[in-house]
Amino acid sequence: MEEHDIICTGCPKGCQVTIKTEGDKITDIYGYECPTGKEYAINEFKNPTRILPTTVKVEGGEFPLVPVKTAAPIPKSDLIKAMNFIAEKTVKAPIEIGDILIENILNTGVDVVATRNIKKESEV
Amino acid sequence: MTKHKMVVVGAGPAGLAAALEASKNGIDDIIILERDKYLGGILPQCIHNGFGLEYFGEELTGPEYADRFMRDIDQAGIEVLTETMVLNINQDKLITALNKTKGVLKIKAETIILAMGCRERTREKIQIPGDRPAGILSAGTAQRYTNIEGFIPGKEVMILGSGDIGLIMARRMKLEGADVKAVLEIMPFSSGLVRNKVQCLDDFDIPLKLQHTITRIEGKKRLKRVEISKVDKDFNPIKGTQKWINCDTLLLSVGLIPENELSKAMNLKLHPATGGVYVNENRETELKGVYACGNVLHVHDLVDWVSEEAEIAGRSAAEYLNKNQEKRDLPIKITPNKNLTYTVPQKIEYKFKDKKFIKIYLRVEKPMENVKIVFSHNEKSMLSYDKKIVMPGEMVTVNLPVALIKNNMEEIKLSIVEKVGEKNGRT
Repeated sequence: MEEHDIICTGCPKGCQVTIKTEGDKITDIYGYECPTGKEYAINEFKNPTRILPTTVKVEGGEFPLVPVKTAAPIPKSDLIKAMNFIAEKTVKAPIEIGDILIENILNTGVDVVATRNIKKESEV
Repeated sequence: MTKHKMVVVGAGPAGLAAALEASKNGIDDIIILERDKYLGGILPQCIHNGFGLEYFGEELTGPEYADRFMRDIDQAGIEVLTETMVLNINQDKLITALNKTKGVLKIKAETIILAMGCRERTREKIQIPGDRPAGILSAGTAQRYTNIEGFIPGKEVMILGSGDIGLIMARRMKLEGADVKAVLEIMPFSSGLVRNKVQCLDDFDIPLKLQHTITRIEGKKRLKRVEISKVDKDFNPIKGTQKWINCDTLLLSVGLIPENELSKAMNLKLHPATGGVYVNENRETELKGVYACGNVLHVHDLVDWVSEEAEIAGRSAAEYLNKNQEKRDLPIKITPNKNLTYTVPQKIEYKFKDKKFIKIYLRVEKPMENVKIVFSHNEKSMLSYDKKIVMPGEMVTVNLPVALIKNNMEEIKLSIVEKVGEKNGRT
């Protein structure tokens, strides 16, 4: 049997929810004070995911970087791998908000999209 | 000298929302003055998600949140002057500004919106002894270098202060490959959002050391190491708990100060708890026709509330210009009482017209659970709201229905009290 402590991020209270498991099976869950806490803890145990916000290098733009995010949450365990992958990438200005800069990153089925308009350096 | 109906100082979230709302209310001669090269204030460097849940009902990053307002400002045809630093404003609403290409500008305004935002406290402000090497910077400066200008400020990082900016930068530096050694917090609790503590520190096993501070800095050219100490309940370092930690970078996230130099030049008095000017329900200052909103008025934790507050200021400034306002016979003071550090606004001065509520923003002194927020007049309760939990780090907003406000009232007090006779246990 294993025990996992998860802090719910649903509200400022930050309840510590404990999940007891045998193999992949949840045998007990307690410590939450509302349904959000229970649901959060179960999701966080089974498949923790995060949106990854970072930057990508820009060539010929008004700024040297464009901020980006994964268009949907990706597995938490992929965050550092995704950062290393994104670090190798350079894109050309101009860029518009929502432009897909990397398709299907690490085969997660999720695209990396721009979150800021970047004009060409020559047009500023 | 040029003349404008409305001048907005600052194109951050407050300035943009105020200008836009004034434009929607029929004001066609607005100019925004911004000292940076781009609009959006701090938002473009806040590349993380978590903005807009309250205002737009969806989760956006900082640049995306700013872009929505920038687009509308553009469509509304509102004039914006970037790289323009306002140097002075006098009591006749004459503005002196410096523009990169146009030089000194004199602008006479009929109304002014102060939306200068806030700045970060520095090492000097908190007086950490030791050497003065490179590598010590405010968390916001590091954020700008990392996210906009393309420089990583260091490789081995210590962070002092566990407010949201400190937590966000801990994750950001870690993701960019730095070794983030720890986040120190002098208080016994983190002032940041729970979500940020989990997703920025716990996710990456970055330790949060509560009741710790930095007591010495060492390094000749570049920062070499810092001495950390545990503190007692009065925040004094405890002898014998010192430890040296090697690092080349120290990020400070130790509080924000509303940037009110221009307000002071206009002889506006500052509120000791907010660090901003005194305002009525319209966010109008003691100088008629001059408004303040956003972080220059009081430091907000969510940009969504900044936008909302700025809209109140923009709308009220439009009413002022359209001469569509009437004063009450008596102003009503709004006074923070038990367990509150401040309220915004501090008074109600105008007749309500079609308003149904007066929105009051407040901040509590200490974390409390199962409480009531009580409005009272002459020691009698007028109305109360139940709250499961309140924290100093999270601003509370409550609505005061105008139907409850009588003409003879001179003061309304707000308190936070624990609910009596109700269970406060875990279920």
